Amino acid sequence: MGGISLRRIGRALLVPALAVITALLIGAVVMLIFGDDPLAAYRGLFSGAFGNGRAWSTTIRKMTPLILTGLSVSVAFKAGLFNIGASGQFLIGTVFSVAVGVSFEGLPIYVHLPLALLAGILGGMLWGAIPGMLKVFTGAHEVIVTIMLNYVGALFAGWTVYAGGTQGQRPGPLWDPTAGAISETADVFPSAQLPWIFGPPYRVHWGVVLALLAAVLIWWLIFRTTVGFEMRTVGQNPRAARYAGMSVSRMVILAMVMAGGLAGLAGAIETLGLNHKFAPEFSGAVGFDGITVALLGQTNPFGVILAAFMLGALDAGAARMQFQSGVAADIIQVIQALVLAFVAAPAIIRQLFRLRRIPEQIEETTLRTSWGG
Amino acid sequence: MSEAAMPVLEARHITKRFPGVVANEDVNLKLYPGEILALLGENGAGKSTLMNIVYGLYKQTEGEIIVRGKPVEMSNPNDAIQLGIGMVFQHFQLVPVMTVAENVMLGSETIKRGLLDTQQVAERITELSQRYGLAVDPYAMVEDLPVGVRQRVEIVKTLYRNADILILDEPTAVLTPQEIDGLFDVMELLRSQGKSIIFITHKLKEVLRISDRIIVLRDGKVVGEADPKTATQSTLAAMMVGREVILTVDKDEAQPGPVVLDMQDVSAKDDHGQPALRNVSLQARAGEIVGVAGVQGNGQSELVEVLTGLRSLDSGRITINGLDMTNAGPRRVTQDGQSCHVPEDRHAYGMVDAYSVAHNLVLNTYFQPPFANGLTVDEQAIRRHAEDLVERYDVRTPNVSVHAANLSGGNQQKMVVAREFSRPVKLLIAAQPTRGIDVGSIEFIHQQIVAKRDEGAAVLLVSAELDEIMALSDRIAVMYKGEIVDIVPRNRATREGLGLLMAGAHSEEPAPVAGKAG
Repeated sequence: MGGISLRRIGRALLVPALAVITALLIGAVVMLIFGDDPLAAYRGLFSGAFGNGRAWSTTIRKMTPLILTGLSVSVAFKAGLFNIGASGQFLIGTVFSVAVGVSFEGLPIYVHLPLALLAGILGGMLWGAIPGMLKVFTGAHEVIVTIMLNYVGALFAGWTVYAGGTQGQRPGPLWDPTAGAISETADVFPSAQLPWIFGPPYRVHWGVVLALLAAVLIWWLIFRTTVGFEMRTVGQNPRAARYAGMSVSRMVILAMVMAGGLAGLAGAIETLGLNHKFAPEFSGAVGFDGITVALLGQTNPFGVILAAFMLGALDAGAARMQFQSGVAADIIQVIQALVLAFVAAPAIIRQLFRLRRIPEQIEETTLRTSWGG
Repeated sequence: MSEAAMPVLEARHITKRFPGVVANEDVNLKLYPGEILALLGENGAGKSTLMNIVYGLYKQTEGEIIVRGKPVEMSNPNDAIQLGIGMVFQHFQLVPVMTVAENVMLGSETIKRGLLDTQQVAERITELSQRYGLAVDPYAMVEDLPVGVRQRVEIVKTLYRNADILILDEPTAVLTPQEIDGLFDVMELLRSQGKSIIFITHKLKEVLRISDRIIVLRDGKVVGEADPKTATQSTLAAMMVGREVILTVDKDEAQPGPVVLDMQDVSAKDDHGQPALRNVSLQARAGEIVGVAGVQGNGQSELVEVLTGLRSLDSGRITINGLDMTNAGPRRVTQDGQSCHVPEDRHAYGMVDAYSVAHNLVLNTYFQPPFANGLTVDEQAIRRHAEDLVERYDVRTPNVSVHAANLSGGNQQKMVVAREFSRPVKLLIAAQPTRGIDVGSIEFIHQQIVAKRDEGAAVLLVSAELDEIMALSDRIAVMYKGEIVDIVPRNRATREGLGLLMAGAHSEEPAPVAGKAG
């Protein structure tokens, strides 16, 4: 399971690596069809992601929230749950951390910043707890509930910064009056901002370290603790878990709370590290990308780091690619979608490359969530 | 049935390889018109694979299938049906909420003016059931039918499609002794009308009783043919297993001690909210094995679930070792109740396929020292524990890190038994402990159960195999429709008597047997 063996790691990496390569190849074919030069495009992509210090810092910046939302989806997966709600949890985490960040002027940074981060985690936890509890107490399927809560979360987040209307509609509680008609919050106080590791123009903040630490912590929790053992057992075979005296309900709620907390932390880090405020345009799309990251990373925390790095690099290089080669940056989304398709349906890759199904699988990550189970 | 006749079905040099496994190797088999051919072998011997090839579900790697003298290529069961081959699976392929007629025509619907012509189908069913002694009501809803009747519907289904080669896969597994008699009558009638039957089973008695010829498979190969007139149970068992097998269990007279398990007037519902247990009272004493017999689906599963904390009671009371365990959870029942549980379905409850053998062996003790110290688990301790148990309980595995899914059924069951039996327990609840496993493992598990009894544990043994109940129990409780109809001391129990009780015939009426489809 968590055991470290090179052969096992190699096996685990095979399908995701081939998925990425295949997606890039198909991307190249699409470019050729539209008369673009894929070589130039990928050269641009590469230099945009790794070409110089600025490029590297963009990759790291894009990678950071993806690690956390990828972990969020992975943790739920380990307990047999499909968390589509990282997006909503991300936004609620953002709103909670901003709320703390714009309040309490004059607190020292070592109190204010942790408080703001914690608020983000708590917000996400709350948003994750709802589908967990609804599943346990009413049997509502978490996929449906998390999808719905994404809308609720986005609308709630938007309302909190609503600038008010001309017909006397009241503005939202977090709206910054100095912004006039623009719906956004004020900047969080500097005491609630994550410090830079490399300041502008690189803009790499300490969030990346927090994300990496979170990955290690989650790995330890899943593979080295009794709670993790229970969670994985529930995910692999809930009936066996019950038989063995574990509480399936407790694990379902706990997994969703943890998943929410991780996505919420992603939101907090993005705001406190980078944007320093919240506006409705800051979408929770990174929450959906968490699904791709989790599947590409085989729901293993270290795999998630690699996958987030991969996707972060694609995002980072897209602008440069368009600038250098004239290929629309949208092709990157096509490639990411193909990656998702291939990791979600590994049979395609196995068939394509004539891979034998290895009898001794690592704990299988499959998109099987039982309806009402 | 003369040997000179041309076989209706022939398998020539059939080999079927799955990645890493040879399921069938150079299998030759001939089926003549109007004969019942028994295909005997343990689970995993390759019987089902072979029949799935004949029925077009699998494609053989090598060899050919010849039907009425012509080599055939089948890509799916429809091809097999066209060739007059019909198969009745162990798990029935019926839609419960449809009528018999609808089920029979499913897949080959008769249509008149754009509508289903149920009437015509019903007439044909009636005609078939009269001709072959298969009493079924075409308009009955399948979900209302007892298991034995559902099986008849399956047979009618194949005859409706004009099958004259019938494959019956473990057809007796779900039947009472009396229902088995009925099935054998039908099989004889079918044979007398020229149909050929392949009867797949691992039950030696039945093979000797009904078949004209016996082919024994072991490890995917035909190891021999036997004539039921000269073969005996022990010669057949030796052929199946490849060595001499002791078919009886050696045990001394029970020395019952104080009551360990006490159930009083327990009632509970099944998954569909229907009453499954009605006022069940049962006791088990230290040092005795209480067998619970009954046709599957008469409340035995619910009985075990209620006792092990997996199902809640509507009313009644359960005490274990004097502690009130009414509606206690599984953890409390195993810990405070000092009990262990071999579940009836090891894949559903007893093990996690994707876990290593080592982790499966601590599935319900992972949180205790030495496997865990506070928050973290100690993989070293778990591994040492596993290596010890694998050795003591003869679990054949390359090492303890292998995924449990890769073990054979018998070894998986021994793994579950090892985990449960290795704890010091006062109550042992074993449900279908030897279902679907090889004779060697059965022998071993039976010995372990008797050993547990002799150590002073109370044993509750629930089994659908009457032979197993008879061989091990000191007292036998028989369940019918959620009630315990009688409790008989072993020395006063006979197969026939138990069979009647299993059919609910406490009041002499030959009642049909209710049950759930598999």
